[in-house]
Amino acid sequence: MSEKQIDEISGVSTTGHEWDGIKELDNPMPRWWLIVYYATVVWAAAYVIAYPAWPLISKATTGLLGYSSRGEVRQELDAAQAAKADYVAGIRDKTVAQILADEKLRTFATAAGAAAFKVNCVQCHGSGAQGSPGYPNLNDDEWLWGGKPEDIHKTIAHGVRFAEDADTRVSEMPAFGGMLEPKQITDVATYVASLSGRAGDATPAVLSAGKEIFAQNCAACHGADGKGNRELGAPNLTDAIWFYGSSPEAIAQQIRAPKHGVMPAWSARLGDVTVKELAVYVHSLGGGE
Amino acid sequence: MREASEVETFDATAVNSARVRQPLYAARKKIFPKRAEGRFRRFKWIVMLITLGVYYLTPWIRWNRGAFAPDQGVLVDLANRRFYFFPIEIWPQEFYFVAGLLIMAGFGLFLLTSTVGRAWCGYTCPQTVWVDLFLVVERAIEGERNARIKLDAAPWSANKLFRRIAKHAIWLLIAVLTGGAWIFYFADAPTLARELATGQAAPVAYMTIAILTGTTYVFGGLMREQVCTYMCPWPRIQAAMLDENSLTVTYNDWRGEPRSRHAKKAAAAGQVIGDCVDCNACVAVCPMGIDIRDGQQLECITCALCIDACDNVMDKIGKERGLISYATLAEYESNRLLATAGGAAAIDPRRVRDASGRLSDKVATFHLKKLLRPRNLIYFAAWSTVGLGLIYALLTRERLQVNVLADRNPQYVVLSDGAIRNGFTVKLLNMIPEPRTFTVTLENLPDADMNVVGMDHPAGRSFSVEVEPDKLKTLKVFVRQPHDSIAGPKQSIRFVVQDTASHESAQYDATFESPMEPVR
Repeated sequence: MSEKQIDEISGVSTTGHEWDGIKELDNPMPRWWLIVYYATVVWAAAYVIAYPAWPLISKATTGLLGYSSRGEVRQELDAAQAAKADYVAGIRDKTVAQILADEKLRTFATAAGAAAFKVNCVQCHGSGAQGSPGYPNLNDDEWLWGGKPEDIHKTIAHGVRFAEDADTRVSEMPAFGGMLEPKQITDVATYVASLSGRAGDATPAVLSAGKEIFAQNCAACHGADGKGNRELGAPNLTDAIWFYGSSPEAIAQQIRAPKHGVMPAWSARLGDVTVKELAVYVHSLGGGE
Repeated sequence: MREASEVETFDATAVNSARVRQPLYAARKKIFPKRAEGRFRRFKWIVMLITLGVYYLTPWIRWNRGAFAPDQGVLVDLANRRFYFFPIEIWPQEFYFVAGLLIMAGFGLFLLTSTVGRAWCGYTCPQTVWVDLFLVVERAIEGERNARIKLDAAPWSANKLFRRIAKHAIWLLIAVLTGGAWIFYFADAPTLARELATGQAAPVAYMTIAILTGTTYVFGGLMREQVCTYMCPWPRIQAAMLDENSLTVTYNDWRGEPRSRHAKKAAAAGQVIGDCVDCNACVAVCPMGIDIRDGQQLECITCALCIDACDNVMDKIGKERGLISYATLAEYESNRLLATAGGAAAIDPRRVRDASGRLSDKVATFHLKKLLRPRNLIYFAAWSTVGLGLIYALLTRERLQVNVLADRNPQYVVLSDGAIRNGFTVKLLNMIPEPRTFTVTLENLPDADMNVVGMDHPAGRSFSVEVEPDKLKTLKVFVRQPHDSIAGPKQSIRFVVQDTASHESAQYDATFESPMEPVR
């Protein structure tokens, strides 16, 4: 643009650009617009200095304020940890029974245990801890290894039949498929079902035969009355709760070739505080002793 | 070739010629309202005193609620989710009381508008009250209308600078106090005042004060009538509420026109003259900067100051008051028809006067009876129905509530003896600021019993629990029913909660779930 062109009507100079005889006026920017524009320039410059801005090869410039979003998250997590430090220390120093007796600790541990349960336990025991065939229901009052706070704690900490843990709970029912005749197995299964009133129309002859076989082969672990033995992890056969099914057929199958579940030991993986929290939560589900 | 004078000329002017063209943006023309004297002005002073007094002083009224609740008469306790209004305490789930009050405020405004027009705008709207207050300050520092106009036109001087600074400083001070008073409704006022003074208060408190200071100063001091004319939606809505029987501030041209400044001379010359002496007193006092003699207009907030100004003039010249008055459109139209002989001629005020020169009996005047029309009665009925409903709800509301949530996962648990157990989360709400002991009792299912997690007592059909003042207590309750008394997969079960001292009680019906097939 060589010389200044003035629009006749408005007296304002034009930019020199022309479209079909219409020229664009070169009015000055509004003052407020300029002020805002300069303010954004100043802001941008200050931002580049104060905050992480320029990308480098492996990281970015850090900025004078040393801000990072990761650092902010870390701070918030630290603050959250600090906020519950007293509770965590209390749980570390006390036994599960003592935690249960302390209302505040119990409330905290129950909530923390519920969260840990959702992550680590629901895969087998179900989201409501209601279990499924082969995986015990933790809401009820039947406990293979004991339902007292310390019993539950030990089971969670060391697992069941978990080879890597020296203190793990171990029990193994022999497979009677090779030791007893098929008839003997169905007889004893019918007798066992009768202990909880499930034998149907079994004849007295079958029941007395089954009772005899039970006394010879089963009473050692399950007790003469069939009420089980928690020391050995032997289940109570007289109650309403059945791990692998309550029909005489299901019982016979378990006598012939028993299934044995495995529960991992959690203390090494989750730490003692979380295991205690889990024990408190499981105990509070309603079946705790 | 023709002479220039022979060229045809047109009688045309450019509609948008530079001479008449309006600028795209018109700057506000300043208004310098003169102070009015009279009954409406006195009434407005009283309303201003009451409204400002209520606003500034309410948070400082104490109200003893015992040791477990704040002792502030009116308190919106957001942190603890409680609203206190003297003896009434509202929990968040009782917010319908506030909604009901808002509905009443709505119907109240409808009723007020359909009877006395824009009385809300003219007397009680915060914008009107604060502008009035700011005008008091302006008058005290810069003088009456003429002095203010002179000062505004004068070049800058030490005097003008001093007066302007003083005025704006006092305005800002009032604005700060206005914003400051607001936050006292949300916290214990004396404590908050101490914290504010020592810089200990929460940042949100200072932010709120700053924002409300800004709005008060800008709206009340700088924008004034523009808020009513341009920003407020209410004048538009009110226009729909007014009808020909609503009272509005009216210039009665049927007795005022033709106006004349030189009445005696005009009368001597045999001209028809009305009562208006064109003194412009009504214009000088108007805070909206309008001339009421132009008729009803959107800008008029019906503050009635022009009535005061005109009445004083009428007193002086010995005419009846009420040249400008509260009148309905219906009265106005009937009187106008009288003055114009049915619309056939120009206004002749002699037609509304009898032989003795007084206003004739045919002139329509306002009677209170006219307020009793269906529209007003319906508004009043709606307003009082909501009000009575709220009072009934308030008198019969529960201060003890129980909520029961049945466990959904698992719905039931089979125990080793075949019994069925259901878990329930029981929430007890002690809604008064005193500790209370409740007994929770199980009804229905005579063989069932319950126990509570964390409470060391044998299973039974009833237990006692203490609930802290004004708090909710959550209990995990397990209900167990022997297998041989189960009557079906769904049995109804009722929890009854009773205050051991007052015997106030509440109950909750829940369902006891069992498996479809019997366990044994």
